[in-house]
Amino acid sequence: MFHWLEKNPFFFTVVVFVFVAFAGIVEILPDFAKQSQPTVGTKPYTVLQLTGRHVYIKDSCNACHSQLIRPFKSETDRYGDYSVSGEYAYDRPFLWGSKRTGPDLLRVGNYRTTDWHENHMMDPASVVPGSIMPKYPHHFTNIADVETAYAEAVTVRDVFNTPYDKEGMPQLGSLADSEATALADAKVIAAGMKNQAVKDAVANGKIPEIVALIAYLNSLK
Amino acid sequence: MQSHNALEYDYTVAKMFTIAAIVLGIVGMTIGVIIAFQLAFPALSNLLGEYGTFGRLRPLHTDAVAFGFTLSGIWAAWYYFGQRVLKVSMAESPFMMFIGKLHFWLYILGVAAIVVSLLMGITTSKEYAEFEWPIDVAIVLVWVIFGINLFGMIGIRREKYLYISMWYMIAFYVAIAMLYIFNNMEVPTYFASGGHGAWYHSVSMYAGTNDALVQWWYGHNAVAFVFTTPIVALIYYFLPKESGQPVFSYKLSIISFWGLMFVYLWAGGHHLLFSTVPDWLQTMGSIFSIVLILPSWGSAINMLLTMKGEWGQLQTNPLIKFMVLASTFYMFSTLEGPIQAIKSVNALAHFTDWIPGHVHDGTLGWVGFMIIAALFHMTPRMAKREMYSKKLMESQFWIQTTGIVLYFSSMWIAGITQGMMWRATDQFGNLSYSFIDTVTVLHPYYTIRGVGGLLYLIGVFMWAYNIYKTFTAGRVLEREPQNATPMA
Repeated sequence: MFHWLEKNPFFFTVVVFVFVAFAGIVEILPDFAKQSQPTVGTKPYTVLQLTGRHVYIKDSCNACHSQLIRPFKSETDRYGDYSVSGEYAYDRPFLWGSKRTGPDLLRVGNYRTTDWHENHMMDPASVVPGSIMPKYPHHFTNIADVETAYAEAVTVRDVFNTPYDKEGMPQLGSLADSEATALADAKVIAAGMKNQAVKDAVANGKIPEIVALIAYLNSLK
Repeated sequence: MQSHNALEYDYTVAKMFTIAAIVLGIVGMTIGVIIAFQLAFPALSNLLGEYGTFGRLRPLHTDAVAFGFTLSGIWAAWYYFGQRVLKVSMAESPFMMFIGKLHFWLYILGVAAIVVSLLMGITTSKEYAEFEWPIDVAIVLVWVIFGINLFGMIGIRREKYLYISMWYMIAFYVAIAMLYIFNNMEVPTYFASGGHGAWYHSVSMYAGTNDALVQWWYGHNAVAFVFTTPIVALIYYFLPKESGQPVFSYKLSIISFWGLMFVYLWAGGHHLLFSTVPDWLQTMGSIFSIVLILPSWGSAINMLLTMKGEWGQLQTNPLIKFMVLASTFYMFSTLEGPIQAIKSVNALAHFTDWIPGHVHDGTLGWVGFMIIAALFHMTPRMAKREMYSKKLMESQFWIQTTGIVLYFSSMWIAGITQGMMWRATDQFGNLSYSFIDTVTVLHPYYTIRGVGGLLYLIGVFMWAYNIYKTFTAGRVLEREPQNATPMA
């Protein structure tokens, strides 16, 4: 049969496709529906947190930090409870990472504070001597893109039924509503910070990337 | 039958992709060396403001070498050997020639867009699929155009039977099309939200665990179908051609090809061991990774046995050295991968530097060496000149081999050290080390890795120089050489 295929490129291509597609059909399809159920209490990100998540992605924090705690004692001792599938139900994309050049961050909100992150992002080695993480002073001056985060939240609400605007869940409303909520949340974060330029920006209605990023990191629990 | 000299093959497009492979190889590997040294000397991370941090440069490195250097190298080789194994010249069809050139220029435009967008931090975060939807659309277009050439050339072929290299090219085409499209299913938020935010932003169709599952089904098999399948196509053409030896076994090539096609796709689950994907999937990933040794070694052994009785050529021909070492590294890396896919080993190795170590003995040793050798073989035939310097080629071989050994040995030690320290406990069961202890201890290994990468990069410059000098100053050849590449 194989010899015959070698002079019939069309059928050759079809058979190759069946061979390679087979595994995907068996492995990927069956568990799709089951896996996307959220754990009780899991909420979608607020617009400010989602903005911070975009900053996290923009600077590829996931290139060095995982967000996946494996079920080993050494990991649960270091990072907290091991991961369960439902916690990730609203993560688009997932940010598990594949390399721990730095520590896991899945539950970093449980043991780090706004103050700690502020110092650390400005100069990691001043907080953790020996750290090889780059400094991120540009997070203190770049203004975060809240509108794109709002657009994403609206998209997942409308297309994937992510429960925004439901009772007890983050409220989106119009763009102006979301921007007002994000700014209010940002003021709470900025109140816990000491960088004057950041405080001034937030007072003027602008949200620097660092504020959004800290909101996101604090939400990881 | 067509006499061998009657057909003039046309290398216009092959030359264009050769230049792209050299330039993108230099760019991608230079960035690689920079980020390697950033981990050893973190001050290097902040030289270019936000555009020079490890996080911004790392995706640029992986994409520039995988989709820049490697794809260009594969396409350069395709536009060279495709005509020869199908016995039809590009010059015979103005349409195929047009498609070939269109393929090249659209690809270059795509590469430019990728470089700019990744530096700006426009990324979907998915490894080897970081591009936002407008670039994804462009990539699909490039792929369709490449397909028109691939299947068009097959359509007008004179040689009725498809040579082994063609099987692998078809598989490369079909599998990447399927993987890329399904992994990049995303909704553009600008349009879905009624005109808000950045126009290029999108959100993944899959969430959480499902997203991870699809991503690693893609990620693992992008390795299979960019770093393995087309490279096997290359070695099946170039090693027999350069050595003048027939392929050792036709049966072995059939078994390894169809075996590889069937088994590879299952193994993606080994990237997700101990994660939240279903346990049976993790086990499948683990088992099929072990099975994968068979078809991988089948091809590699078939290549090594092709040299049976002709091992003397290793001494006289540096190109044979490159290709034999490439096969050997292929065996090495396809044994190492399955070992890392065993659950208990993975518990230690996952998230550590052993993983980039494994990736690099495959990419530097197997993919890099094979592309370097293929383009060396093609150069005198495209330039109609003798290879500029055999000595330079010999030195390049040893410098790069030393570089690879430094790279993977340092990363093995780093990875195992890190993995052991993460899990080490004292007599009371408390963790012995804080995380930062497991970082600072790696400094010497990160330095050695950087040096290894630098040596490899120096070799790439020697490769580029040798090819450049061949085109400009090599001794003119009267007729195209049959087998062993003539070199001064």
